[in-house]
Amino acid sequence: MTLGKQATTAMRRHGLILAFSIFLAIVAVTADSFLTIGNILDVIRQVSITGMIAIGVTFVVITGRLDLSVGSMLTLLTVIVVDQHNSVGPADAIMIVILAGLLLGVINGILVGFMGLNALIVTLAMLSILQGVTLFYSGGSNVNIPNAQSTWFAVFGRGTTFGLPNPAIFFVISAAIASFVLRRTIFGRMIYAIGGNEVASTFSGINAKQTVFWAYVLSGFMTALAAIIMGSRVMGAQNTIGQGYELTVLAGIILGGTSLLGGSGTIWRTVLGIAMLGFIQNGLLLLGFPYYVQWLVTWGVIIVAVWIDLGAKRGRILA
Amino acid sequence: MSIQASLTHNPKRGERAIHWLYRNHIWLFLTLSILVFSLASPYFLTVNNLSNVLTQGAFIGILAVGMTMVMIDGEIDLSVGAILALASALAIGLQDSLGVWPAVMCALLSGAVLGFVNGSVVALSGMHSFVVTLGGLIGIRGLVFVYTGENALMVTNFDYTEYAEIYLGPVSLTAMVFLALAAFFQWILSSTRHGRETYAVGDNIQAAHDAGINVKRHKIINFTICGTMAAIAGILLSMRLGTAEPNAGKIWELWTIIAVVLGGTRLTGGFGSMWKTVGGVLTLAILRNGLRLLNTPNYVELIVMGLVLILALLLDQALSPRTGR
Amino acid sequence: MDEKHTAVLKVENITKRFPGVTALDNVSFDIRAGEVHALVGENGAGKSTLMKVLAGLHKAEEGRIVHRGTEVHVTSPLDARLKGILLIHQELSLSPELSVAENIYLGAWPTNAFGVLRKRYLHDETKRALDALGCDFAPDTRVGTLSIARQQMVEIARAQAFNANVVIFDEPTASLTDGEKEQLFATIRELRQAGAGIVYISHKMDEIFELTDRITVLRDGVVQGTRNTVDTELTEITRMMIGRDLDAYFHRAKSNFGGEVLRIEGLSKSGLYKDVSFTVRAGEVLGLYGLIGAGRSEVVETIFGIRKADSGSMHWLGQKTEFPTPRQAIDLGMSLVPESRKEQGLVLNMGGRANTTLPHLSSYSTAGVMNHGQELATYEKYREALDIKTTGPDQEVSTLSGGNQQKFVLAKWLCASPKFIILDEPTRGIDIGSKSAIHQLIAGLAEQGLAVIVISSEMPEVLGVSHRVVAMAEGQVVGEFTGDDLTEENLITAVSHHRAALPAAAQ
Repeated sequence: MTLGKQATTAMRRHGLILAFSIFLAIVAVTADSFLTIGNILDVIRQVSITGMIAIGVTFVVITGRLDLSVGSMLTLLTVIVVDQHNSVGPADAIMIVILAGLLLGVINGILVGFMGLNALIVTLAMLSILQGVTLFYSGGSNVNIPNAQSTWFAVFGRGTTFGLPNPAIFFVISAAIASFVLRRTIFGRMIYAIGGNEVASTFSGINAKQTVFWAYVLSGFMTALAAIIMGSRVMGAQNTIGQGYELTVLAGIILGGTSLLGGSGTIWRTVLGIAMLGFIQNGLLLLGFPYYVQWLVTWGVIIVAVWIDLGAKRGRILA
Repeated sequence: MSIQASLTHNPKRGERAIHWLYRNHIWLFLTLSILVFSLASPYFLTVNNLSNVLTQGAFIGILAVGMTMVMIDGEIDLSVGAILALASALAIGLQDSLGVWPAVMCALLSGAVLGFVNGSVVALSGMHSFVVTLGGLIGIRGLVFVYTGENALMVTNFDYTEYAEIYLGPVSLTAMVFLALAAFFQWILSSTRHGRETYAVGDNIQAAHDAGINVKRHKIINFTICGTMAAIAGILLSMRLGTAEPNAGKIWELWTIIAVVLGGTRLTGGFGSMWKTVGGVLTLAILRNGLRLLNTPNYVELIVMGLVLILALLLDQALSPRTGR
Repeated sequence: MDEKHTAVLKVENITKRFPGVTALDNVSFDIRAGEVHALVGENGAGKSTLMKVLAGLHKAEEGRIVHRGTEVHVTSPLDARLKGILLIHQELSLSPELSVAENIYLGAWPTNAFGVLRKRYLHDETKRALDALGCDFAPDTRVGTLSIARQQMVEIARAQAFNANVVIFDEPTASLTDGEKEQLFATIRELRQAGAGIVYISHKMDEIFELTDRITVLRDGVVQGTRNTVDTELTEITRMMIGRDLDAYFHRAKSNFGGEVLRIEGLSKSGLYKDVSFTVRAGEVLGLYGLIGAGRSEVVETIFGIRKADSGSMHWLGQKTEFPTPRQAIDLGMSLVPESRKEQGLVLNMGGRANTTLPHLSSYSTAGVMNHGQELATYEKYREALDIKTTGPDQEVSTLSGGNQQKFVLAKWLCASPKFIILDEPTRGIDIGSKSAIHQLIAGLAEQGLAVIVISSEMPEVLGVSHRVVAMAEGQVVGEFTGDDLTEENLITAVSHHRAALPAAAQ
């Protein structure tokens, strides 16, 4: 290969990281506060919640499906955990919200996994239904935790361990466990197989319906965990608190390089994508841009990232 | 290769009914909704109310017209809500500098251009339209905010809002535009080369390509149409409200998809029609209106909407013809 | 030269190569106006490839095509159609949602200046073409509502509409009833009468002898010869089709049979197969021979749990059992090497290692966690045993040759020491060298005591490896042969002369 061609291939594979690094460099030079520990920890704290959800959704995406209900799920579950915290106490609230998250995941899993309905439409419908349920449950009003200073519930969202924010610790631990599951367990192998070729997987004795079902249950579970952290951090919940998260999660997954067609991708890619989004937002803010400029940048980055990725894959078998 | 079961040439009455239902279940839904709400509320079946239903539904309806074109092609456009907001903002925001009609023209153009961009990226890169328009959904919203800042824009010349007050009998301008566009694009779908090609591309893209149809150019055209429709909806919205909010149209793409899918158009492409979409839009509007008339709390609407959609999917699956496997 | 016998299409020295295999090797033949010219050969002989070259779907590396006296380059299917060359093949290129008229003229719709379809004109032109063929459906019928036979007529009507001078039929009767077949033949005769040159590709010898004027035989991409149909007979054609040194294909395991492993009785599924029964013993290789569409794959898929039968029973190791799910089947000791290795056999974006262990994940793990070392060991063992050429355990199998891909499919089943293995067209699209290796492997498996079913449409393969052959046609068993009865003639006769009607479709 000529030097030019080598360069192009390298660009293709690492172009995104390269561009991102350049961006980070520019921000670091222009904004003094960027490369401070405090700022970086702040960003990590912010992306942790999105990241937790994204971990669960990654499993779903690798099987070739989607979960657009996570935003509404997050809202509902955060409202539940905050509200239940006040009625039955934090320990029981956590139990309840985890069960709730699992239940929602089960519903999605049955509709998409076992009944084979279209994932986009089903999770869209759930988005709407869950928004309604949230309004019903909360009666339209916001919920708050009055004893924010004294409850041990605060440890999830506001606490630190060895100086690191707890949300980030939960996020990283979850990512590590999830990555292990994906790479090293039977379940993970089945997830990849189904995403890569569902028919061949069935011919190999894999129960695709069941596996997809569990992927959605996992998504619900992770969202419940994220809700606990969110509720703990904000010590309250409005009816719109989770709005838009499904998009950010999806954007992060896409940016990380996981194909929406399924069969490939890793947790760390998702972590990278979510982190990139977080740092883009942070960097732009520090450069003085209003918060909505990040959306423009995200748009551009998504297009460029996937275009490059597709170009590298051209010639190989796409699902 | 398996021996395929030939479709029988003379299906029994019952089978034909099921087959018709499979392709046209929206009319059942629509009739049921009208019946249910006529019985449940005395205010439903009044001219005034129905006129409102039509007008309220028309905004999603116009978005749905564009979305239908794209979906029959086998694609999707998630950015229509954002394009609507941008057009709305431009239509009002540019009035002071350019005058009303040039501003409206610019707004219209913005939709066409953005649709063109979406279509080009999809056609030329081979990227899935879901991803491309997801980017658009996020980014175009950013454009809106960049243009308007965080506050809504307001018209200075309130004559502008008079247009929304134009009525032909009980039918408002917005509703007229919706129905006219639906009729026009139904005609396109059934009687023009581009329209028939839309079915061909969505149905069997390989055959279409082999037959010499320029699939890339075709898709770009449909996305441009979709963007233009979103712009029209945005302009009409700005006329009705007199303001343009940067958050306008948020989640509207989802309602649009719900309306189109409810109507019976398939996400996989190759199947659908404007009339089905109109049916879906009306059913959706009636459901929301009816529930509101019954003074049901807000949340009921959201829950019912989601359940109806899942029901439509289940029905679709239950009725689908058993092809020999 | 008789005017009627001028060549309308001449194929001269066409060579077409795909990575790893030469599909067409210096092929020359000609099609005359007003004749029906049969093209016969085994699976993989190159018939479909040749037709795709003519129809503009493939580009030949060498050689030329002379159409009506001038050399042509067919660039696309539309280009072929406009030149008057029409290919009607299994994957019908129709749009089910559009009308008959719109499908016939797909890509060439008559419109006015604004792009509006000239529907009246389209309707009338289509009606003319349909009437000429004697079709009983209207031009504005939605194609999706038509039966397969009628859909085929729509494709043929394209020939009429575009004044095709060369019409190529690729296995046209695979899904037709007897009545529909007769209608098709009548249509073909009419096209011939009108002066078109017709190429008829089929395995069905009786049809060929009934319908065609000349026969050209292809074997492994090389033309074996062309004969006038009236001057030849089945045995000569058969010999040309398969006349290899059968010994090279002879890899039959020693006959050392154990107990009954699998027995199925009365297996039926409407529309696919009817009343199928056979038995396989340990150490035995049962060949399942038949033409495309015979229903063999569907039967074995039912055994393996991918499909459900309407009726019938199954005995495993002598005990009556319920039809298993794929997982249960695997756990019992069954394995299935499917027909399409890319769609059914492998996860293409995974490596050889992951593919090999896919059906037996629990064997390579403890408490749900996979043991990569164990996986690797198994992968290595079979990579060496089967001589698979790959750069590493995680190299995506999509990049491997057909032969090596197939070996991984085999590896994935063999590594669990199954009691029973079904191989569905195991050497399709694979070069001779690898074919032979796989045949030896099959014999080795039987000698180890496995019960083996081999589905094949290739005569020498089925004859060479099987102890016993069950022949199927149109969903039914039409004969069982072993010992001295196991001959090419008997097999071909059994499947070609069978004229049973299709199993009753759901009414």
